[in-house]
Amino acid sequence: MNARWLIPALWPGLALAQGFAGLGTDSEGYATPTPDSEFTFPADHGAHPGFRIEWWYVTATLEAADGTPMGAQWTLFRTAMAPGGAAEAQVWMGHAAVTTPDEHYVSERLSRGGLGTAGVETEPFDAWIDEWRMWGPSFDDLRLAASAPDFAYDLSLEAQGPLIFHGEDGYSVKSSEGQASYYYSQPAYAVEGTVTLPEGRVEVTGEAWLDREWSSQPLSENQEGWDWFSLSLGEAKVMGFRLRGTEGGSYTSATWIEDGATAYPDGAFTAEPLATATVAEREIPVRWRVTLPDRGLDVEVEALNPQAWMSTSFPYWEGPVSVTGSHEGRGYLEMTGYE
Amino acid sequence: MTREGLRALLSHWRRNPLQAFTLVAGLALATALWSGVQAINAEARASYDAAAATLGEGRFAQIVDSDGGEIPMDTFVELRRSGWLASPVIEGRLNGVRIVGLDPLTAPGGLGPVNLDSGTEVGTFLGGEGQVFGQTEALDAIGDLGPERVADPDVAPMTVVTDISVARELLGRDGANRLILSPDQPMGRPELSEIAPGLSLRPAQGGTDVARLTDSFHLNLTAFGFLSFAVGLFIVHGAIGLAFEQRRPMVRTLRAVGMPLNRLVWLMAVELLGISLLAGLIGVALGYVIAAALLPDVAATLSGLYGAQVSGTLELRPVWWLAGLGISVLGTAAASTAALRDIARMPILASARPRAWAMRQAGGRWLRIGGAAGLVALAAVLVAVTEGLAPSFAALGALLVGAALALPLVLDACLALAARGARSAQAEWFWADTRQQLPGLSLALMALLLAMAANVGVSTMVSSFRLTFTGFLDQRLAAELYVTAEDEAQAERITEVLSPEVRAILPVQWVERDVAGLPAEIYGNRDDATYRENWVFLEAREGAWETVFAGEGAVINEQLYRRAGLSLGDEIAVGPGTRLPVVGVVGDYGNPIGQVIVAEPLFQRLYPEVTAQRYGLRTDRPQEIRDLLREDLGLPEGQIVDQSSIKAFSLQVFERTFTVTGALNVLTLTVAGFAILMSLLTLAALRLPQLAPVWALGLTRKRLGGLEMIRAVMLALLTTLAALPLGLALAWILLARVNVAAFGWRLPMYLFPADYAVLAGFAVLAATLAALWPARRLARTPPGELLKVFSNER
Repeated sequence: MNARWLIPALWPGLALAQGFAGLGTDSEGYATPTPDSEFTFPADHGAHPGFRIEWWYVTATLEAADGTPMGAQWTLFRTAMAPGGAAEAQVWMGHAAVTTPDEHYVSERLSRGGLGTAGVETEPFDAWIDEWRMWGPSFDDLRLAASAPDFAYDLSLEAQGPLIFHGEDGYSVKSSEGQASYYYSQPAYAVEGTVTLPEGRVEVTGEAWLDREWSSQPLSENQEGWDWFSLSLGEAKVMGFRLRGTEGGSYTSATWIEDGATAYPDGAFTAEPLATATVAEREIPVRWRVTLPDRGLDVEVEALNPQAWMSTSFPYWEGPVSVTGSHEGRGYLEMTGYE
Repeated sequence: MTREGLRALLSHWRRNPLQAFTLVAGLALATALWSGVQAINAEARASYDAAAATLGEGRFAQIVDSDGGEIPMDTFVELRRSGWLASPVIEGRLNGVRIVGLDPLTAPGGLGPVNLDSGTEVGTFLGGEGQVFGQTEALDAIGDLGPERVADPDVAPMTVVTDISVARELLGRDGANRLILSPDQPMGRPELSEIAPGLSLRPAQGGTDVARLTDSFHLNLTAFGFLSFAVGLFIVHGAIGLAFEQRRPMVRTLRAVGMPLNRLVWLMAVELLGISLLAGLIGVALGYVIAAALLPDVAATLSGLYGAQVSGTLELRPVWWLAGLGISVLGTAAASTAALRDIARMPILASARPRAWAMRQAGGRWLRIGGAAGLVALAAVLVAVTEGLAPSFAALGALLVGAALALPLVLDACLALAARGARSAQAEWFWADTRQQLPGLSLALMALLLAMAANVGVSTMVSSFRLTFTGFLDQRLAAELYVTAEDEAQAERITEVLSPEVRAILPVQWVERDVAGLPAEIYGNRDDATYRENWVFLEAREGAWETVFAGEGAVINEQLYRRAGLSLGDEIAVGPGTRLPVVGVVGDYGNPIGQVIVAEPLFQRLYPEVTAQRYGLRTDRPQEIRDLLREDLGLPEGQIVDQSSIKAFSLQVFERTFTVTGALNVLTLTVAGFAILMSLLTLAALRLPQLAPVWALGLTRKRLGGLEMIRAVMLALLTTLAALPLGLALAWILLARVNVAAFGWRLPMYLFPADYAVLAGFAVLAATLAALWPARRLARTPPGELLKVFSNER
């Protein structure tokens, strides 16, 4: 059997009505997020198998010694095949990528739970799938490694500030119907390390953003995908996303990070495609106008490499971007659900 | 003009329906045997491919335990966590079905044919009770074990594919048999020896093991098919040549009335193409019937001798029916090129000389002598200096063709010798006429020679095999009764109750394990006189059984001995960290894989998890013990088997495995008989001018017909006699060379004069039947026909 197509079955979906990667399917029997919960650390850095889906998501904007901009991604997904939280019922998936102005390298790993080939431990922190690993004495001091036939990286991450909780103290609403997830981030890691490409090893520095999110049904049935931005604008940072409805409307949410975090409800943040590129036989917006008028933000966001296509089991676009306009900087863009 | 030309050409066949029949039937028969064999081979290969796709055998590099043991899951995890992209495979047998457990999440892309696409969620495959995918036959055989059974025609025969977690549970196992490596491995992984020193890497191979193992069998079948096809081509060549010769006057007339030569040749080519396609279609249809009839036996043969599972049902694959048509057309082209060339070069006013044509067929006497001698010498050299399958078959081919070429010369020499003894004028005429007729019959007689030699060769091989095999069964099935326990508790009770009642209880316990890099079974045998008294060594050290039962040596079977190239004294791994020297080699027929026998105590120490549930019982009172087992222990009849019924069953399996060769032999002999019939019928018409004067001199038509019969039978008998030494040479090459390469064992050659006499009887009978009709026709030729010979030039 070809493992490839198993994934749409695993993360059933890609069918429009069900939203991207099955995130809009039934959640019966699973735990659901509630607005007034409190996080406990380091336990909450670990897995929540009672919930259907969960991820540990790191994106890093990097710069080689010669000034070449790059991006790196490290993601560990967990999905439960059945409610109840049994280790055997978990399937783990890892995505790793390196993006340069000219190339985009992608790799994917899959693993069943309960064997030890993938998992997350909290003290000390260790999240892994095969030899890919994010680990360290604490969540503020991590090492990140992944390898593939054509690339590898080994980066150290040092937190420059506190965790940021999105929405209402980490309860992030995803639609006007009330679908939600638990969502917090470490937006400011200082990064140092090496990236190995087919041409050879490169020393890099930069910054990274880590997202932690878990839920059982974060998408409404009539939402088909999202556009997610994390931008670093000098002193300030902003996270904003736009969930696209199947009938043209959208739901937005944003967090402004500058001496603490301010959450913005639906409508405050806007993102409007300015230009598209043909990527993997489909049209994908690679230049955007992004605004948050309350903070005077009005910028153009442009992909470093428009071909940053994640050709994984469920494919999507994810890559570094540059920011110009009212603010200057760089960041990461993720776009899903473009057919 | 074209249409008229074609009609004129075709009218020949209308006026000579027998010739048309000869041509079409010969071609169709040849194609049938060839494509039938090809169909069987194609089916078997498709089955191997399905197996390879299911198990990933050969296509991917693998990691195996160096000692042939299981690979613990922890080792698998360790490998993955150090960057080795490996995927576990758990294999075993349950109710005669091969269970293959895969991990769909880590298995390299495209592995296994299980189609989960049909609305099945992978969650069902991975979780809960799970699912097993297989062909209906396999699903029925394993029965309802819990997991959902899903029919899937793409899984290898008698195999089910399931998730590793299900396989572990079904087989009661922890570790994996092997790990399949993904072709794309990440950069910077450590060496395998650093992580798991006990494991070794087996690189990807081009073909599957089973395909290589069975190659010889398929080569064997192909050789038979080709032999039949060659015999068929003899017929076609004769029929076409004669038809063209007879049509010379027609060609002359057509050209005289203005038909361009080019167009005429072109028309004849189209005509032949049409005939060959028609015959090809009939042949392919016949071939399908032959293949469908033989396939179950082929499947039995392959599974009995090689352990290869082949589906017993035939699919109509375009590959082989297109190939059948192609070979029919190509065969016709080969057989007719010379005839067409003759027509193209013929002076416009040449007349037909069919008799001269028949005589010319024999031509090139010295060329034949040289060719025959050269080929036989080549065969001798090949046998003397080479080994292996391909040269052995080449030697067979050279010997057969050389002998066929030599046949007319030998027969002619015999006839010349006989003619010297002739006393009467009639006898002298008979011998002279027979010699004169020889060239026209020689192709048919060659066909008979080849068929007969093949028959003698194969029957010698089969009978030698049977003799050896029955002897082997007597050794191996020494115990009077065999009893199978349902579970451990019952096994214990059987041992307890029977211990005081029988002479010995011999547990049958084994594990499957790779030995010297080959799949094998390791048996733990109990120290008993049975083995010393009954088992015959092919080669052994002094006191071999004593060494084995002291736990200091192992006895292996001939397959393992030859395939792994072992010698006495070589050490083999028989278990984790345990190596023993080989102290004896036993013959083992009817078993595809290697066997190793070690002492029971050692076996139990190495494999404490294995308990015997099958026992051989030595007793003088089998019936009483049987009753005891049934009545006191409540064992159902099915769990108790006596020696004679096992023997009968084993022999039956064995007989089935050779039905195929036997059937092909009969078919070849039939084709040869047909060739004789056709040659005689064709010659009969041509020979009237030679017979008419003899008739005019006073020999009755009945007497002439009788002499025709005698001639045919005599020639057949001479050919049969010539075939005997040829067949024995064939048998020797089959037994001493082909068998070793194909099956892994060498058989002693026995001679079976009675069988040969029967075969000769059949050959003569075939010739007699073939001669009967032409002789009757001759005996009933209207005198007017014979008179016409003198009245005009016919």
